[in-house]
Amino acid sequence: MSVIEKLRNIDRRFIFVAIALTVIVPLLRPIGFPIAVSPSVQRLYDAIEQLPPGSKVLMSFDYDPSTMPEVYPMNLAIAQHCFSRNLKVVGIALWPMGVSLGQQALETAAEECGKLYGTDYVNLGYKTGGMVVILAMGRDLRETFPEDFRGTPIEQLPIMEGVRNLNSFKLVVDFSAGDPGVAAWVMIAQARYHKKVGAGCTAVSAPAFYPYLNTGQLVGLLGGMKGAAEYEKLLQSQGPATAGMDAQSIAHAVIIFFILFGNLVMLITKRKTERRSL
Amino acid sequence: MTTLGVWIAALLTLFILSFLYKDNPFYKFAEHLFVGVSAGYGVAFTYHNILIPNLYVPLFKQGDYTLIIPLILGIMMVLRLFPKVGWVSRWPLAFVVGVTAGISLITYLQSNALVQIRETLRPFNTFGNVVIAVGVLTGLTYFFFSKEHKGVFGKTAKVGIWFLMITFGASFGYTVMARISLLIGRMHFLLSDWLGLIK
Repeated sequence: MSVIEKLRNIDRRFIFVAIALTVIVPLLRPIGFPIAVSPSVQRLYDAIEQLPPGSKVLMSFDYDPSTMPEVYPMNLAIAQHCFSRNLKVVGIALWPMGVSLGQQALETAAEECGKLYGTDYVNLGYKTGGMVVILAMGRDLRETFPEDFRGTPIEQLPIMEGVRNLNSFKLVVDFSAGDPGVAAWVMIAQARYHKKVGAGCTAVSAPAFYPYLNTGQLVGLLGGMKGAAEYEKLLQSQGPATAGMDAQSIAHAVIIFFILFGNLVMLITKRKTERRSL
Repeated sequence: MTTLGVWIAALLTLFILSFLYKDNPFYKFAEHLFVGVSAGYGVAFTYHNILIPNLYVPLFKQGDYTLIIPLILGIMMVLRLFPKVGWVSRWPLAFVVGVTAGISLITYLQSNALVQIRETLRPFNTFGNVVIAVGVLTGLTYFFFSKEHKGVFGKTAKVGIWFLMITFGASFGYTVMARISLLIGRMHFLLSDWLGLIK
């Protein structure tokens, strides 16, 4: 068997091992590759920077543990940014598991910034219905979410004073891993109620939302772990996304190498076969 | 997470990853456990967080009798489980489809069609605007099947294919990034929370 033949029939488990090593080694020995901030991330950062202190930001936690490595870091980074700017954060979830993940991000950020539950931030929990929930919130938020996720009536929460509907929020930020998610928020909160909507989403779904960014329907967009790492850079913090970016970059380089190498081997084999047939 | 929880999560992660070597009983155990726990969690969550606060409490404790309508629709939906009367579930399903279509139609048209068309028809004063317009027009040409793709029409459609291929490539790139991110997340958990090698 020639070298080319051996390479063509290489056990795919060698590739798995190679990818595993390219992820593990940079996690253990970080290199610190530079992270360039893209305009879509900068725009969301600027939108939050421009909000006056005390403004209310609505966060929707529309993700679950299966996409946590991508979406949670951006959730945490934006919560940290909001609290550092003394903004009030009201969280809801259109995905059942989003409640606890969003709460974890809010609690971690609040602890760092010395913020209090009920006064500086609140989590109103999950409501089934997707787009219909956003529609209902546009009319009357108190009717849609009469209590927070712990069962406390929202009348007893100082942060909810004066909050009637979506108009009470200066900005909506959706953390999305699918449907219901960014599209629903753009279609209802932005198109119908003319709210500023920003989003952080999984890398898989990001290409579908770039048209919204181009048209101004989204004020900013964070796509995947890279988007979160860029946001962490803007905050000058070493968060979980930044820690994973070296591994991400090297793994991509290795995958590009495998794609080029595989095509090269295929081309050589094809030429050899053609020559033999002549 | 407690030490026991970390160990369970770490072992289950390794069981699932073991499928990369070959199918084995450890993988099957983790897979079945995941399906069972997910189903159980889903039922419990729906009961405690949807049925009780949204239906039982307002209907039976607060006397909001308008909720009898969704209760009946819900029961009709569950009848799907019984083949003899399964056809009844088509009615609540039709209600859901009708309401969703009604809500989505205008908003979808406005957000995903009209605004997008408006932004495509921008002055050709930047390279980006030209690329968007050419991409949309040639892409639409490719999807016009009532005329044979020959001559100028065929060449325009071919340009459309190139735009589509580049789009698919970008999407695939993002997909690879997403999958590697998930792997990084798991590896980070194993190396930090479980083995304590990352501080």
